[in-house]
Amino acid sequence: MNAAGFPLLSLVTFLPLAGALIIMSVRGDEEVVARNARWTALWTSLIVFLLSLILWARFDQSSAAFQFEEKLAWLPEFGVGYHMGVDGISVLFVLLSTALTPLCILASWEAIGTRVREYMIAFLVLETMMVGMFAALDFIVFYVFFEAVLIPMFLIIGVWGGPRRVYAAFKFFLYTLLGSVLMLLAILYLWYNAGTTDIPELFAQAVPRSAQTWIFFAFLASFAVKVPMWPVHTWLPDAHVEAPTAGSVILAGVLLKMGAYGFLRFTLPLLPEATATFAPLIFVLSVVAVVYTSLVALAQEDMKKLIAYSSVAHMGIVTIGIFTLNQQGLSGALFTMLAHGVVSGALFLCVGVLYDRVHSREILRYGGVAGIMPAYAMVFMLFTMASVGLPGLANFVGEFLVIVGAWKVNPWVAFGAATGMVLGAGYMLYLYRRVSFGKITRDDLRMLLDLSPREYVVFAPLIVLTLWMGIYPQSFLSFFEVSVAALVQRHEAALGAARLAGM
Amino acid sequence: MFVGAIFFPLLGATISGLFGRWLGDRLAQWASVLCMVLAAVCGVLAFGQVALGGHPVVQPIWTWMDVGGLEVSWALRYDTLSVVMVAMVTFISTLIHLYSVGYMSHDATPARFFAYLSLFTFMMLMLVTADNLAQLFFGWEGVGLASYLLIGYWYDRESANRAAMKAFIVNRVGDVFFMLGLALTYYVFGSIEFATIFPAVEAHTNDLFLGVNAVELIAVLLFLGACGKSAQLGLHTWLPDAMEGPTPVSALIHAATMVTAGVFLVCRMSPVFEYAPTAKMIVTVVGASTAFFAATIGCVQNDIKRVIAYSTCSQLGYMFFAAGVGAYQVAMFHLFTHAFFKALLFLSAGSVIHAMSDEQDMRRMGGIWTKIPVTYAVMWIGNLALAGIPFFAGYYSKDAILEAAYASHGGAGLYAFVMGMIAAFLTAFYSWRLLIMTFHGAPRADHHTMEHVHESPLVMLVPLLLLAVGAVLTGYIFAPLFVGEHAHDFWHGAIFNGADNHVLHAMHEVPEWVPLAPTVMGVAGIALAYLMYMVAPGLPVRLAQMFSARPQLVRALPLIPAEGAEQRTEPDPGGLYGFLLKKWYFDELYDAIFVQPARRLADIFWKTGDARIIDGMPNGAADLAVQVSRGAVRIQTGRVANYAFAMIIGLVVFISLFLIGR
Repeated sequence: MNAAGFPLLSLVTFLPLAGALIIMSVRGDEEVVARNARWTALWTSLIVFLLSLILWARFDQSSAAFQFEEKLAWLPEFGVGYHMGVDGISVLFVLLSTALTPLCILASWEAIGTRVREYMIAFLVLETMMVGMFAALDFIVFYVFFEAVLIPMFLIIGVWGGPRRVYAAFKFFLYTLLGSVLMLLAILYLWYNAGTTDIPELFAQAVPRSAQTWIFFAFLASFAVKVPMWPVHTWLPDAHVEAPTAGSVILAGVLLKMGAYGFLRFTLPLLPEATATFAPLIFVLSVVAVVYTSLVALAQEDMKKLIAYSSVAHMGIVTIGIFTLNQQGLSGALFTMLAHGVVSGALFLCVGVLYDRVHSREILRYGGVAGIMPAYAMVFMLFTMASVGLPGLANFVGEFLVIVGAWKVNPWVAFGAATGMVLGAGYMLYLYRRVSFGKITRDDLRMLLDLSPREYVVFAPLIVLTLWMGIYPQSFLSFFEVSVAALVQRHEAALGAARLAGM
Repeated sequence: MFVGAIFFPLLGATISGLFGRWLGDRLAQWASVLCMVLAAVCGVLAFGQVALGGHPVVQPIWTWMDVGGLEVSWALRYDTLSVVMVAMVTFISTLIHLYSVGYMSHDATPARFFAYLSLFTFMMLMLVTADNLAQLFFGWEGVGLASYLLIGYWYDRESANRAAMKAFIVNRVGDVFFMLGLALTYYVFGSIEFATIFPAVEAHTNDLFLGVNAVELIAVLLFLGACGKSAQLGLHTWLPDAMEGPTPVSALIHAATMVTAGVFLVCRMSPVFEYAPTAKMIVTVVGASTAFFAATIGCVQNDIKRVIAYSTCSQLGYMFFAAGVGAYQVAMFHLFTHAFFKALLFLSAGSVIHAMSDEQDMRRMGGIWTKIPVTYAVMWIGNLALAGIPFFAGYYSKDAILEAAYASHGGAGLYAFVMGMIAAFLTAFYSWRLLIMTFHGAPRADHHTMEHVHESPLVMLVPLLLLAVGAVLTGYIFAPLFVGEHAHDFWHGAIFNGADNHVLHAMHEVPEWVPLAPTVMGVAGIALAYLMYMVAPGLPVRLAQMFSARPQLVRALPLIPAEGAEQRTEPDPGGLYGFLLKKWYFDELYDAIFVQPARRLADIFWKTGDARIIDGMPNGAADLAVQVSRGAVRIQTGRVANYAFAMIIGLVVFISLFLIGR
């Protein structure tokens, strides 16, 4: 059956739903329900995480094929089936999702005080959708999960968010939905063309050159919004600002990776010629994203908005890496995605720590925090430096590989990506300076307490991961090395075949 | 031993950084000092084995990344070049740790300070022992981080925070070029490991990249990176501001070690630079210009630490042009001796500041030499070494640099020689200006401060004395090894000189006046300073006023305490004097062409680009939808007559369409 001997991926995907059902069935007064909901959600997500570690242990790194596959007939007459599996590209994202969820639940422990049960249900459903999306090997199944992610996220922002939550939630939902509709059309075409929506089978069939352009743009519309790429990024700052802390963490940590994952999973293998043709367009958009959003980040007065804009800039690096179409660039893009998931998630948690105490995200509201909360200042500094791309911490490896990869394609693109180094240092240090350094001017800040034990528990795994990814990235790189090599090889072979056919 | 020299400081940083609160300040301090002592012992032993014994070693640790042919590993490369740096860094860092125990004794969080200091040392050691460019970059950025943390150590001072940020960002500008140079290296050589690159350079000398010689381009990009870290002309602006940090920091980072990383990089990459003549010329010209430029500014500054900072900048220029003319060994020699006497100067300046109750403005000092005789004596030694007076350390290395520049015969070499000569004169001048203004003349501090002037405690004096011994002896002892008759065996191939590079021999065969000239220049500079500040103390102010556009803004020598105590920024008197006092207006220039436009652009992008244009579309679409639906609501009046009328109209339209269409 598969390497685990039982349907591991389905279990990891749907176990959170079972947890959600249990939480739903809890009855009693509000206090009891809230406590039960928290503990049930935490245990469920921890069990899911432990189960997903089997993937880490049993994944065969030397194979580019899909592993842990499960296949069930669903609508055989239409060529649609329930097909799950992971390869080197997706396996770590499954782990990222399962690892961040318990941390998010822990981070919301005290911050969420109303409708706790519903909140925890939303989070568990969200986990199901995220994992399902990364593990799906049938386009329809993928599409269902891809879209369904929006629902719990919409609720998390819209119900537990800040003052402008409704605007932000609708903007988030409509923006991403609009792109997805076009993707659905593209999927229909692919199904019509190949008679199946099974992804490995689709890979085997070439898409006609004439159709590739249209499908490329249909995919682009959907994935670019999700990434988000410039100029369809403005939903992100609003969504981040209004979302509760844990919502921001998942949004930055996992949801932003869905677009880039889409590029890697579908655009590159299915549309090799269109990819090669339109790569310069992506480069231009990405370099603009890096420079433009970094500058915008510099001007922000809201901590979360600043980090949200920095996410857009980092994702610009990712899209550059993906479209370099070489081993270093693609590996760098994947690594940056993972590192960004950890680091920017952690940065949102850092903002959350202050927000929980002071209830303000305004940068100028703070100042001199380092003096009162030394441990917090140290943690915040670590993640600030990681975000800046300091070697030895997570982000550097990805950025470095992307720049090296981009140089092979076009040195000016590499230069554009590298300017992000200066600007990134600018906005992050400016943020840190205004929040942590300086004299304490407000009396209420003097009363702040340093990190609580619960917060230490939340940050500890992220700190370990950040250092681990920076100092020994090979243990992550080796997961996708073979898959990326196969991807590059297939892309080159497809281009070669197309060139032959053209002659 | 090889691993210990590098990782003991990290251990020390971890102990005092993470556990400092439990251990208590004293224990944490001494733990990190102990770790440093162990590292220094390892470092000196390694120096004995590798440099004197001639056994280079590469100690692999583990793979860092390995992606499609790009292999990068963590490894410690010990050859003469790196072991010179390791021994020097660990030794000086140990002394500075020791000094800090005394200097920081009144500070609130000394454990944090020691953690940063040890972290810095670790990063610097990683930098110098790297066996590939990526690991070098790790150390490179690591020292940048540590320097950022240390400059901003007193984070409740706004000026310190600003200086820290400026240092990091200006360095990052250089780092972008370093990164691009690294990418190009990989593109050309398919590897970034030194062991692979160096033998392959010759085969790639004619490679073109974008129509430019690839090896030249690599060398220029790396040099631009080095300019950031080593504060060369254009990217120097962060160094003087970095004096906001505690004085031991200035001594360790901004004089002895970190700022020399750029010089080290050029020497490390000597096999590449040797095949890049244009790049070498650029290095020479930039280095020589910096040596001159920084020296001119040093002559008019009034903050004791800033004078020494500009002197550092100027001395780094010397090292660069030495490397630029192909005399890498000489550059390393000056780097080595400079580390001792410049650390000495900074630490004695710290001792003065300590004695003067944290006063840094030399216009409020004077007349204290009898009260702090040890500091005064070691400051003399430091200045004698800096000015290149015979038989002190600087004499051997600076003379060698100027000889090499003269012997290299190119136009750039000649330019460097002339600039170096002028700078040598200015160096001696500002050194004695500093010495006289600080220690001699009538006391200009207020009564209260003068009563508290005291010699520093023993824990600070011991490092000073040891460094003074170094400032006297290192030149004499190490000259034969670094640049003399034993040089070939000593370097053991760690530095590469091209087949047609004979500078090292030619520099010993220059005309007789050449080795003599720097000494003459030095003595002349001292004489002028003595004349102006000792014999006729009113002269400098009158000169300053003469060369100012707004003489009334020149501050007279005995400063009225109330006038300048809080007011740190000097007014700009304009003219030549103002030009020098305001550091050639570099800060103002950068502010106008980079900082302000970036801010304005950021505002435009955000408020117009994002909020109005990009968000305008979806928000506009939403508004449109609302309006349309309002309109649609209005049609539904609920009156049967209206509906019937609409139906009839519709029927008419459809029938006509049907008829016409047929």
